[in-house]
Amino acid sequence: MSLPNLAGTQSVSFISGADGRIRRRLLLSRVFAGTCRFATYSAMAVLVVLLVAIFYSSIGRLSPDFVTNTNSANPEKAGMLAGLWGSFWLILFTSLFSVPVGVGSAVYLEEIARDNFFVRIIKVNLANLAGVPSIVYGILGYTVFRTFAATLSIWFDGNHVVGVLGLFRVRLAKLPLYEDNVLVGALTLTLVILPTVIAASQEALRSVPSSIRVASLALGATRWQTIWRQVIPAALPGISTGVILSTSRAIGEAAPLIMLGALTYTSMCPGNIDSPVKLLTRPGQVLHAPLDQFTAMPIEIYDWSKHPEPQFTAVAASGIVVLLVVLLAINSVAMIVRHYASRRMKW
Amino acid sequence: MTRSKTRAWASRRVFRYDEKLIQSVLFLCAALSVLTTAAIIMVLLGNAVYASGAKKAFFEQVSLWQFLTGTHWKPVDGPAGRFGMIPLVSGTFMVALIASLVSVPTGLGAAIYMSEYAAPREREILKPVLEVLAGIPSVIYGFFALKFITPYILKPALSLFGLELGTFNTLSAGIVVGIMVTPLIASLSEDVIRSVPRSLREAAYALGSTRFDVSARVVVPAALSGILAAFLLAFSRAIGETMAVVIAGGQQPIATLNPLRGAQTMTSFMVHASTGDSAADSISRMSIYAIGIALFVITLTINLISGWILRRFREVYQ
Repeated sequence: MSLPNLAGTQSVSFISGADGRIRRRLLLSRVFAGTCRFATYSAMAVLVVLLVAIFYSSIGRLSPDFVTNTNSANPEKAGMLAGLWGSFWLILFTSLFSVPVGVGSAVYLEEIARDNFFVRIIKVNLANLAGVPSIVYGILGYTVFRTFAATLSIWFDGNHVVGVLGLFRVRLAKLPLYEDNVLVGALTLTLVILPTVIAASQEALRSVPSSIRVASLALGATRWQTIWRQVIPAALPGISTGVILSTSRAIGEAAPLIMLGALTYTSMCPGNIDSPVKLLTRPGQVLHAPLDQFTAMPIEIYDWSKHPEPQFTAVAASGIVVLLVVLLAINSVAMIVRHYASRRMKW
Repeated sequence: MTRSKTRAWASRRVFRYDEKLIQSVLFLCAALSVLTTAAIIMVLLGNAVYASGAKKAFFEQVSLWQFLTGTHWKPVDGPAGRFGMIPLVSGTFMVALIASLVSVPTGLGAAIYMSEYAAPREREILKPVLEVLAGIPSVIYGFFALKFITPYILKPALSLFGLELGTFNTLSAGIVVGIMVTPLIASLSEDVIRSVPRSLREAAYALGSTRFDVSARVVVPAALSGILAAFLLAFSRAIGETMAVVIAGGQQPIATLNPLRGAQTMTSFMVHASTGDSAADSISRMSIYAIGIALFVITLTINLISGWILRRFREVYQ
């Protein structure tokens, strides 16, 4: 809220008597303005310093082979391929889980729910879940999802035989299942970002004018037809922007994954898929990938950052550059969606 | 269609099972969040307070009093283990305090500048840049603290005063956590400051106030509840912050108030312990759940207080 510059710059020497006092007050005002401006721009300066420091440290290691090599004990050869693929699979499944549930919850809370006791509990609960540190979700994932996967891996080890109705027996197929697999990581990340996804979708749904709903209902559409054919399409740009931004938060998240026992040092990509070509030509490996162990970009950066050998500083910095580029790409997609949508939709 | 038929249709209560089914599915989606909270609480309590079966919960082996007041944290199995949380809590609060010292003045200053001083165009640039600062992952800040702030800024600066700085120290960790939560304070405070009605500002200017008087004596007091709530939210975020502290803050659980040394926080202990190779139901593993409860309770309490302040002391203007 910028007001015209009423006081603070003109000289007011024509006021006699209290002249000195006014001068002091104006000086104080100017100092205060300068301090606030300094605070704001120092935050900007920190961002610049951060980026420059990281790019400067990455010199010497950042090269094309950094994203085609997997991790190595040799800082000259260590690369981020395993982390890139790990993050790819994690984000794929995190979005698959969180988008339907998140948008579904938002639709329920905004479009269907009446204001009753249970709905109020859900809302209060969501507000508080958003403030739970992500590492606490890591404990949950470790205890519930990982234990569940471990139980499954015991049952599906190829040695168990299940009798069906006493008629015939089925040998359970062997599943290549690890207890710290991609799905366990993705489920945990889903819980971490779900409150954000729900809040963003709610906001998008709220911005759809109620005239659209009323018009649709007046034409005889049912409630769900109205939601599915009118409200959700109208809110889609907002929802997708919010979802993309929350997903980009999940990419940088390391703490819950480390709690789960994600690999910190590995040269293996999930399902041994290390190129986009294999994604199309090796369906068996694609099916294996969600059940395989994984590492992720922020985990590898963490591992390199705490490495005692100083040469790994450049490796960590290169990893950060790659992570920042990925985040930038994702955020630009969100911005493009927002831009085009705001041009198309007008009410 | 005859008239009577139409009326019959209209009078019948339309009950569509598919609609109801979809609504129930959506309700289950929304209820999942409640289930998550319940699961978190059950998992924490079920391993820390009371465990079923053969394994023993944490507080069945260590007394609550010992846990809350003990000043030694040595999470090893066997008789040598000491489980007093004071060192971890002091480390956590030291980081959060340093973070507040960095973020409160900066965030509030930025909020006042953006709402009271900046031209709309300038604001349009400043806001997204602050959002970028908030969107940078925590590991990156950890790297920045460990590899840049500590060796190139703090070490030279402190050596002028003859002070020695450890490679891992809570000072650098606190500073980067402060940088991380500054955008949170700035954007939340800016929202409440902007919601202070223009008439208040105009009245103050009409009485001869300078811009400082208007900002500091009229607008900020009017928005104080929201600003306080923002501070508390940022503080609780700083307490739960993990990776930056793990990387830059070190892993020594020592009860110290010296920010130049390393100290373990609650979150960095949890990461450290989970990467260890102790057995799943050993007491050193179980201590993760006890610290998890403490972390959950502390952050939840601060968040609830923040929400309460926001509701209780909100100034309502027509």
